[in-house]
Amino acid sequence: MNVGLVIVSHSSKIAEGVCDLAQQMAPDVNLVAAGGVEDERGISRIGTSFEKVLEAISSADSGAGAVILTDLGSAVMTAEMALEFLDSGNRSRVRLARAALVEGSVAAAVEAQTGADADAVMLAAEAAVVALDPTVLEPFVSHAAAAPGEEPTTPTAKDASVEGEWELPNPMGLHARPAATLARMMSELDAEVTVNGVDAKSVMLLMSLGLGQGKLLAASAAGPDAQQAIDQIGDQVTGGFGELQ
Amino acid sequence: MAEGSTTTLTSAWVIGWLRESAKVVSEHRQELIDLDRAIGDADHGENLDRGFSALMKKLDDGERPATPAAALKLAAMTLMSSVGGAAGPLYGTAFLRAAASLGDTEQVGPNEIAALLRAARDGVVARGKAESGDKTMVDAWTPAVEAADTAAGAGASAVEVLAAAANAAHAGAAATEPLIARKGRASYLGERSAGHLDPGAVSTRLILQAAVDAAGDHL
Repeated sequence: MNVGLVIVSHSSKIAEGVCDLAQQMAPDVNLVAAGGVEDERGISRIGTSFEKVLEAISSADSGAGAVILTDLGSAVMTAEMALEFLDSGNRSRVRLARAALVEGSVAAAVEAQTGADADAVMLAAEAAVVALDPTVLEPFVSHAAAAPGEEPTTPTAKDASVEGEWELPNPMGLHARPAATLARMMSELDAEVTVNGVDAKSVMLLMSLGLGQGKLLAASAAGPDAQQAIDQIGDQVTGGFGELQ
Repeated sequence: MAEGSTTTLTSAWVIGWLRESAKVVSEHRQELIDLDRAIGDADHGENLDRGFSALMKKLDDGERPATPAAALKLAAMTLMSSVGGAAGPLYGTAFLRAAASLGDTEQVGPNEIAALLRAARDGVVARGKAESGDKTMVDAWTPAVEAADTAAGAGASAVEVLAAAANAAHAGAAATEPLIARKGRASYLGERSAGHLDPGAVSTRLILQAAVDAAGDHL
């Protein structure tokens, strides 16, 4: 059973869109949108609804707990208010993350997918900060493929026993979906794995590398499953994360 | 002191207060929208009007809260569910804390008024994390609470305590005009938020004045 997520936004479209986006990377996580507020005619308007948030919490929490992510100010207040109305047993399983909604929700969903507890999911959300630096965001901007490649720095995992290096063959490079795939695979192994110097179990850190097509991905792994980790990464990269025609 | 000093208010007053609030919010709907358009998201008047209209519908449909606290709690729950914007959780918390401060008392005297206003203000501060001078409704609530305390301490009647609070809220709301917003949507505007009244402080002033007007009808 995974921790569920409640996505609170002033806009029902934002809440549903964030759920769609995060669900792609976390197929088993229950993502519940609580966006907008219905007016007296039942039309969804911009705003947040206490009742909607309260219902979303109870539907997201299947016993493993839930983490709430919010957009602007009054969404936070509405969520805090809803928390005060939970009985103490339910309240103890729910966390309110202070995170950027989109980035935080994706990171939280991926963390929840691994079976992490509510505290870990909240921390993943709060650690997900994406710098507004075009080179960092490279895989997501249109000129990514044409940009000259930088030599990756390759600090290695402690006492690394296995290493591997591959060029990224797929046009989108290490974008969100493959980053999530790798992070999820590595989380299941008993090994410390780094990719270009960052923790390979963190989807946000992998994405922050901004590795586009043709860039070098250097992995190193230590621990009992080190060989398996490197083999799995190699298979994924050389197979273009399933994106090659 | 006037003969009112021994007079207490009841749940009829609270219901009158809520009805009067609904009326003034509806009358000032456009004004609140315009104030919020200048420095916010232009929804304060519409949101509050929707919330109080939903509350009126419940009262008109036959809900009869038995105690002052029950009436305040009904207001809190309705506003929280129907307002949509920041005013929902803020006024919701205010009314909820005010209800809690009354317990199951049926008679509300000057000291209870001062205490319920303080509880409401503390709730707004706890929910919104704003301080005095941040250009929010706290700038109307805090002078109101202080004036109510002073009046109750000097032996004023319940309605006089309310009047002191409403007058202070009026001055407090007016004093938000030159301030630079540090909380809420207006804070995104920075210095451009100066030169406008804070819509939340204005609605607080209207609602506290409604409490006085309702008390006049129920003494």
